[in-house]
Amino acid sequence: MTTISTNQAVGTPTAAVSTLDLAGVSRWYGNVVAVNDVSMSLGPGVTGLLGPNGAGKTTLLHMMAGFLAPSRGAVSLDGRPTWRNPEVYRRLGLVSEREAVHTFLTAYEFVLASAKLHRLPDPAAAAREAIALVEMEGAQNRRIGTYSKGMRQRARVAAALVHEPQVLLLDEPFNGMDPRQRLHMMELLHRLGDAGRTILFSSHILEEVEQVSGTVQVMVAGRLAASGDFRTIRRLMTNRPHVFAVHSTDDRALAVALMAEESVTGVELGRAGLTVRAGDYGAFTRVLPKIALAEGIRVRQLVPEDESLESVFSYLVEA
Amino acid sequence: MSTVSWITVRGLFGRRRFLLLLPLPVVLVLLAVLSRALGVDPGEWGPPVLIGLGLAVVLPVVALIVGTGVLGAEIDDGTIVHILTKPLPRWQIVLPKLAVAAGVTAVTVAVPIYVAGVLADSVRLGLALAAASAVGALAYSALFVALSLVTRRPVLLGLVYVLIWEGLLGNIVSGTQVLSVQQYVITLADRLAPTGLLETSVSVPVATVMAALISVGFTALAIDRLRSFSVAGETS
Repeated sequence: MTTISTNQAVGTPTAAVSTLDLAGVSRWYGNVVAVNDVSMSLGPGVTGLLGPNGAGKTTLLHMMAGFLAPSRGAVSLDGRPTWRNPEVYRRLGLVSEREAVHTFLTAYEFVLASAKLHRLPDPAAAAREAIALVEMEGAQNRRIGTYSKGMRQRARVAAALVHEPQVLLLDEPFNGMDPRQRLHMMELLHRLGDAGRTILFSSHILEEVEQVSGTVQVMVAGRLAASGDFRTIRRLMTNRPHVFAVHSTDDRALAVALMAEESVTGVELGRAGLTVRAGDYGAFTRVLPKIALAEGIRVRQLVPEDESLESVFSYLVEA
Repeated sequence: MSTVSWITVRGLFGRRRFLLLLPLPVVLVLLAVLSRALGVDPGEWGPPVLIGLGLAVVLPVVALIVGTGVLGAEIDDGTIVHILTKPLPRWQIVLPKLAVAAGVTAVTVAVPIYVAGVLADSVRLGLALAAASAVGALAYSALFVALSLVTRRPVLLGLVYVLIWEGLLGNIVSGTQVLSVQQYVITLADRLAPTGLLETSVSVPVATVMAALISVGFTALAIDRLRSFSVAGETS
């Protein structure tokens, strides 16, 4: 069996560039607004769709992929609507969040079936190429039911890539992957983006998005809260002090020692312990054990109070 | 075989619910063999076994298991998305699936009902029952495939139709029999092999036209519903 080199497979210059456009898109379920007036235009390259759980990322992705009608507004791929238009799948691939695969098929059969359903001229070659792309050659003849979560995910990505779509949408693609698989998936998305494809993936984990993509669309509570270069947004976030709840054997003494630290911008002594504001997350968490050791204080509890993405995003929205 | 039918067949026989298909046909054949062996008069055991069990239970229940299995099971577990993200007109998804459902149902039911018909009366009755069951398999399958797309609980709704509408109301309110696939099957079988065993309640033209209408109508409905198939977000 011949396998085609990964780089060649992805690096082939693609004929046309596709754009996915959302114009004033809203979606509501009864009284609940899941997506609220979102407009964006996605071109070639990798874009991260970032937001806390329940922000409407999946709803937005489903509308992009033609699996949900917008209640208002329009989603179009190269000017053609994605809803009720199966033709868009010639240029669009979707990897949904739900880990749904035909477990009774092998990865090769699964990807080959996709290639055949796309009516590709040489489905077997396309399937082999897509499997090589996700480095699954070794396990391709085993039933998907025997795979780990990360392997299933890669099989699904291979099936979604088999027709070399211009646009690939991935919903939480890193969920359930081990670090090595994550790295591999990130590299793959990078290569696809560099080859001129439009890649959009959603995630609720900041670090994932940071590593894969420079451009992000941040969703909060159904709205597009920020959009653009990730580093700029990230800086906005770190300018905010981090809040920690600290409880120790001697809170008062610890408070005095902490105030001498440069990374600490404020300490509040309460009945339940200390509330510490730190400008630099890393510096503070590194220095706290040292201070405690030097002062002979035992730290019983250290809880970041605003670490959740929700709070970071709410800063963003307030800003 | 088209790729859609191939995946459908693999999915149908790869799931454990397929085993549910086996007991009913076996019971049907066993009862017929037993009645015959014990020398019971076919006039006595024929109607309850052929109609009461064969056409009123085995055929619709097998059709329900298979019909909701070819599409409903894929909708349930989300694998339908893999087939829907292909540039296929939706009829090219519905028709192969319907063909698999009707085919598997027809074969699963035709064989035991043929045997029972032969034991009760003649080869002709056996063949007539098998052929009429095949027509019924198509109508039921169209109905149950469409139900999988209209409701989240196709099995429940299908059971309500089979047990309440056809089973209960069909015996009390005669008007409901015009909308009963079971009655069409009985009428068609009786037309193909007239015996004293089958008691018909709708005319042959009504049975023919209604069976065709149900098959075509629900197929069209299924295709239309699949065009607007929505995936609900898990977080929304």
